[in-house]
Amino acid sequence: MKLLRLTATATLTALALTACSGEKIGDTPAAGASSGAAACGTFNLAVNPWVGYEANAAVIAYVAEKNLGCTVTKKDLKEEIAWQGFGTGEVDAIVENWGHDDLKKKYIDEQKTAVAAGETGNKGVIGWYVAPWMAAQYPDITDWNNLNKYAAQFKTSESGDKGQLLDGDPSFVTNDEALVKNLKLNYKVVYAGSEAALITAFRQSEAKKTPLIGYFYEPQWFLSELKLVKINLPKYETGCDADAAKVACDYPEYILDKIVSKKFADANGPAYKLVKAFTWSNDDQNLVAKYISEDKLSADDAAKKWVEANPDKVKAWLAQ
Amino acid sequence: MATTTAPLQRTWRRPGKPVLVAGVLLAWVLIWLPARGLHTLGLSPADLTPLHHWLNDVNDTVGANRNSSPLFLYFFNEIRAAVDSLVTFLQDLIAQPSYGRPVPVLGWLGVVAVVAYVSWIFAGWKPALLAAAGFVFFGLQGLWEESMDTLALTLGAVVISLLIGIPLGIWAGLSDRFHRLVTPVLDFMQTMPTFVYLAPLTLFFLIGPASATIATLIYAMPPAIRLTAHGIRSVPRSAVEATESLGATGRQKLTGVLLPLSKRTIVLGVNQTIMAALSMVTIAALIDAPGLGKTVIKALQTLDVGTAFNAGLAIVVMAVVLDRVTTAAGNRARQTGPASRFRKPLLAVFGIAAAVCAYLSHTYFWAAEFPDDVSIGSDLSKGADSVAQWAQEDLSTATGALKDAVTYALLNPLESLLVESPWWLVGAVAVLLAVLIGGVRSAVVTAACVALLIGTGLWQDSMTTLAMTIVATVMVMALGVLFGVWMGRNRLADRIIRPVLDAGQTMPAFVYLVPFLALFSATRFTAIVAAVVFAAPVAIKIVADGVRAIPAATAEAATAAGSSTWQMITKVQLPMARPSLTLAANQGLIYVLSMVVVGGLVGAGALGYDVVAGFSQGQLYGKGLAAGAAIVVLGIMLDRIARASSPSKGSN
Repeated sequence: MKLLRLTATATLTALALTACSGEKIGDTPAAGASSGAAACGTFNLAVNPWVGYEANAAVIAYVAEKNLGCTVTKKDLKEEIAWQGFGTGEVDAIVENWGHDDLKKKYIDEQKTAVAAGETGNKGVIGWYVAPWMAAQYPDITDWNNLNKYAAQFKTSESGDKGQLLDGDPSFVTNDEALVKNLKLNYKVVYAGSEAALITAFRQSEAKKTPLIGYFYEPQWFLSELKLVKINLPKYETGCDADAAKVACDYPEYILDKIVSKKFADANGPAYKLVKAFTWSNDDQNLVAKYISEDKLSADDAAKKWVEANPDKVKAWLAQ
Repeated sequence: MATTTAPLQRTWRRPGKPVLVAGVLLAWVLIWLPARGLHTLGLSPADLTPLHHWLNDVNDTVGANRNSSPLFLYFFNEIRAAVDSLVTFLQDLIAQPSYGRPVPVLGWLGVVAVVAYVSWIFAGWKPALLAAAGFVFFGLQGLWEESMDTLALTLGAVVISLLIGIPLGIWAGLSDRFHRLVTPVLDFMQTMPTFVYLAPLTLFFLIGPASATIATLIYAMPPAIRLTAHGIRSVPRSAVEATESLGATGRQKLTGVLLPLSKRTIVLGVNQTIMAALSMVTIAALIDAPGLGKTVIKALQTLDVGTAFNAGLAIVVMAVVLDRVTTAAGNRARQTGPASRFRKPLLAVFGIAAAVCAYLSHTYFWAAEFPDDVSIGSDLSKGADSVAQWAQEDLSTATGALKDAVTYALLNPLESLLVESPWWLVGAVAVLLAVLIGGVRSAVVTAACVALLIGTGLWQDSMTTLAMTIVATVMVMALGVLFGVWMGRNRLADRIIRPVLDAGQTMPAFVYLVPFLALFSATRFTAIVAAVVFAAPVAIKIVADGVRAIPAATAEAATAAGSSTWQMITKVQLPMARPSLTLAANQGLIYVLSMVVVGGLVGAGALGYDVVAGFSQGQLYGKGLAAGAAIVVLGIMLDRIARASSPSKGSN
């Protein structure tokens, strides 16, 4: 008992002593109360779960905070939920949208809670890819006409006696079952189910030199790690994908764009003007995406690095 | 186990059940051979049925009317505001800068001190030390703020779960009718994949802490209700009758007898609710839930296994700490021995110490923000990274062979039997098996389930998923028996293996998906392995408890009679632990089904993929919902058949 009391007293004294030194909370005024905040206010920016999007969002958020004094609230959301947020007033902007004609119809045309805010300058490509070693070893594989020749090599435990075409991320629209059927390819579409699964599969394919053909897309940070080679499917022409069941051509090039909530656009504040003016190239995005994914910088640090290296581009956005 | 002799006596009247079951299976294969590929009700991933379209329309209508409907204005918005303010308050308290200060009200020192103090009061010395060490570990990992966000959200969800769950549980414990009514609802809440209701939730409760909390509590509340009801129902009749004879009122009966006697089971319910809430951390992050889940999801985007592992480890540590503290508190609730004479003075001394720590952490930076120069987080990440890297490079050939062996020998034949059979054949076999194993009642349930599966329009996907579920459950049971018997017989083994099992149950699947994908490719087998990692711990724990519960006298008698270890296990321990084995199979199955969606992320296709795709693409929403319903139906069907075959009718 005595011992306990003693130790307790000792601990308390020690604590009290150490407490005397150290910086007190409230000694220094809280940071963050910058002058421009009133003009811009709060800017709710959706962050969809892929690195390319995060790069766009990081740079826009950085400029909005540093140059415009906005209070940026980033919200990590899947696309569908982010669009829903326009209606409920919880999301102001989506800054990399891949197509999503159904959502545009629903939220822009029907509910009128969202409006388009121009292109991001990035072009999205969707298609079938193989790892570089395959393209080097079998140069004619990039022509779809030769795919049946290689079908046996792509056989896996999932594809039975056909070649496996690894499809993937459920967020992306795919016509691959129709394509396989209409191009009379001896392949079976296997659904990997996530971007992580696709990337891991391509990584293993290159490392182990195992054959793999799968669905992928650019811009994507992984391509700076491994330059996948695209298969040339029959060329896309306007309207060739009108009937989903009869598609026999490549995917169209996606012009990635920005979507904002109607309220946000009508208010026409500085953050909206920035979002509307924002545009950059695939190379720009890939660079910031690389800072985040490979160099493991935080989104904010990655944005800072790019913004400081590209003052002219930033100035151009702000001038509009 | 008096029933073991019964089948012998019956054999002279009609063939034994095993023979009949084998006969049905044989007939299935014989009909399957010519009928292969007929009436398989296939539906390609991009195709929809009218039901799916209708569900889409319902969803759209709700979204379009959200801002005008009085239901939203006065009901859902009020709930949202209340839940939001509770969770935000907890975050302000321990996690986020608040009240105009750059730090939360309580800093790390205060939180550690208060947690240790509270653990000591309710659970004792050891859990208190564990809790303090665990919380300091979050700081060392460099994840203090994230961990506190997760803790705040989990606490919020648990508090609400208990506020609603315990009264409902008491009601279900007292009223048979309500119990019958609520059980299927709880089954539904626990097996319906979260992905299905995540998007609609944000429509009802907006994006933010409220939606995340409500998503969590939908999954976390059922154990509180079930175990409270179970506890009250298990109070001995004699105790209740004794109070009744003394003329106690209903209220006196409840507070004087029922609640005190079921206290331990109720605490177990609290414990299970906490575990369930923590298992939702990563999924809730998909709708902007703050905390560790976000770190895991962000790391997954760049396939950063190390960072994901670090955050996952924090979740495991939090789960282990909360589990040990609540379990110890539950055990203490049972023993009401005289308190030590040191207790009162210590209570005061430690109380003052905790208060001082809290004050310091409120006032000084050094006690508020965890010093970041002592971080071991990046070392942990690097370590995990290099282990994963090594496994992917050096093991993947061997693991690939294992995958092929299981897939070709077991999974593909089973799947082709289930998927390529006409629907009426599979339906007939299921109903016949239900009659043989469970009797007429389970046959009726099974027939209804088959009809519902066809109704969802996803019959073929359901069969593919069923094949994987069966293979995974068989593997879970093999591991359950193997490790369960070992742990049941050997205390040391138990002590070493148990933390590994805890980690398997609480480590978010998103953390180990990437290494698994590297080892087994994007295949159905990967999905099976992920399910086994999650489900085997439960089965192992239940079997171990069952083996240990066998009276020592029985085991001694067998040893005295000269049984070898092998005879001991096969002739005494396993037969006597049979109720536990059945319960283990049942729980293992439910846990396997709850991993179907995760399986969809790693190449399982079928229902899991349908749910994931429905979550990701608006036009597939209805199909995802139907797939979620199909998973629930599969669960009910398998559970009812398995439960009927159990002599103990375990109702957990």
